[in-house]
Amino acid sequence: MKLEEIVKAVSGEMLVPPAREIEVLQAFAADLMSDVLMLAEPQMLMITGMVNAQTIRTAEMADIPAIVFVRGKRPPEEMLELAKETGIGVVLSPYTMYETSGLLYVAGLSGLGKVPVVQQR
Amino acid sequence: MSQQYSLFSRMGRDFPLSIVHELVRELRVSRVMTPEVFTLASTAPMSEVKEIMRTHRISGIPIVDEHKLVGIISVASLICALERGEMDAPVSQFMTQKIITCHAQEPVFEALKRLDETGFGRLPVIEEDGRLVGILTKGDVMAGLLHALERLYEEAEQLERSRQPRYFFEALESDETSLMLRYRVRPDDFRNGGKASARIKQALLQIGAPPRLARRVAIATYEAEINLIIHTDDGGHIVAEICPDKITVVAHDAGPGIANIELARQPGYSTASDLAREMGFGAGMGLTNIERCADKMNIWSAIKVGTRVEMIFAVPPEETVSISS
Repeated sequence: MKLEEIVKAVSGEMLVPPAREIEVLQAFAADLMSDVLMLAEPQMLMITGMVNAQTIRTAEMADIPAIVFVRGKRPPEEMLELAKETGIGVVLSPYTMYETSGLLYVAGLSGLGKVPVVQQR
Repeated sequence: MSQQYSLFSRMGRDFPLSIVHELVRELRVSRVMTPEVFTLASTAPMSEVKEIMRTHRISGIPIVDEHKLVGIISVASLICALERGEMDAPVSQFMTQKIITCHAQEPVFEALKRLDETGFGRLPVIEEDGRLVGILTKGDVMAGLLHALERLYEEAEQLERSRQPRYFFEALESDETSLMLRYRVRPDDFRNGGKASARIKQALLQIGAPPRLARRVAIATYEAEINLIIHTDDGGHIVAEICPDKITVVAHDAGPGIANIELARQPGYSTASDLAREMGFGAGMGLTNIERCADKMNIWSAIKVGTRVEMIFAVPPEETVSISS
């Protein structure tokens, strides 16, 4: 799915267009960057309500080409600058994480499927 | 070593030389046109045409009614109106209605061909819905092409610079040559967190490491970097050593040290602060993830002395290596 289609599906706003045209294959929603780093696949869209520089860095490390920020949380300019530098696309969604994910799922963007069960302490 | 897969031998490759030709054909009208255009309504008097042309030193004005391009007026039409002494007449009487336009998304080459064929000095640029969005002159095309060439030249120069390490390494003789990258990481510095890992990833990609490998190294190093930010008294260092057949990244600090390493390795165990959790970390998955990404992790720690996490990544013989879980 192209980022323009994602913007449309969530009635969102393109805050930073990606450095090159991208096609995301699946999506993952989390506020916990630890979980994103653990489970991310390349070419995956990140949906998050966590707004700080580490969100962009996490995407950069994990080859995540674009981020959708949910709950209408508009990131500060400094973060958008970092996204521009790293070439990562940024979209703002006015919906909650649940609804943003739902809208994208209905639009045809699938998730990661079942992930391994890991016993936590 | 000659038969072995070597990172250094790949340095500087994987950078296809951009071809001027392709770039020039890729260039779209919207990239080179002048977006600010003086326009007039068809009801405006010819005297206004004269004023705009004189003050702004332009030789053609698009005529727009209700956002639609309806004509164009040139110096020739103005002279005609002057000769007849009809400067109060509306523009609609003198404008050319047969308009040759170009599309904003069209390649510049196509527009240039049309300029040549028609002998016109300028083409109004329209969007698909017929909206006027700019004007294109031969001058715009020239400036746009020069700009594109300049950018291309800069890219080529950068490419040349990025290739230098290759020659640099090839010229060195030793039993074993490696590249060391060192970074200082400060405690609680979430603002800069990830910088070291990002630089290491960029360096790896730059010397031609397979992207999948660079990604594994980046994720593991980032987890270690975040650990230094979250857990240490005085930060620490990240040292990456890039060898032809393996990459070793060490994150070391001077305390406080890990009380129980076995416990720390367990998924979900964390002693992270509220601040770390607020930043989206501290889920107790850092070491687990490092073990997943690295081919080997060695960890050594002593209370009040410090911690050393060593991550080893083998450079795979072929590129298509997936992250082992």
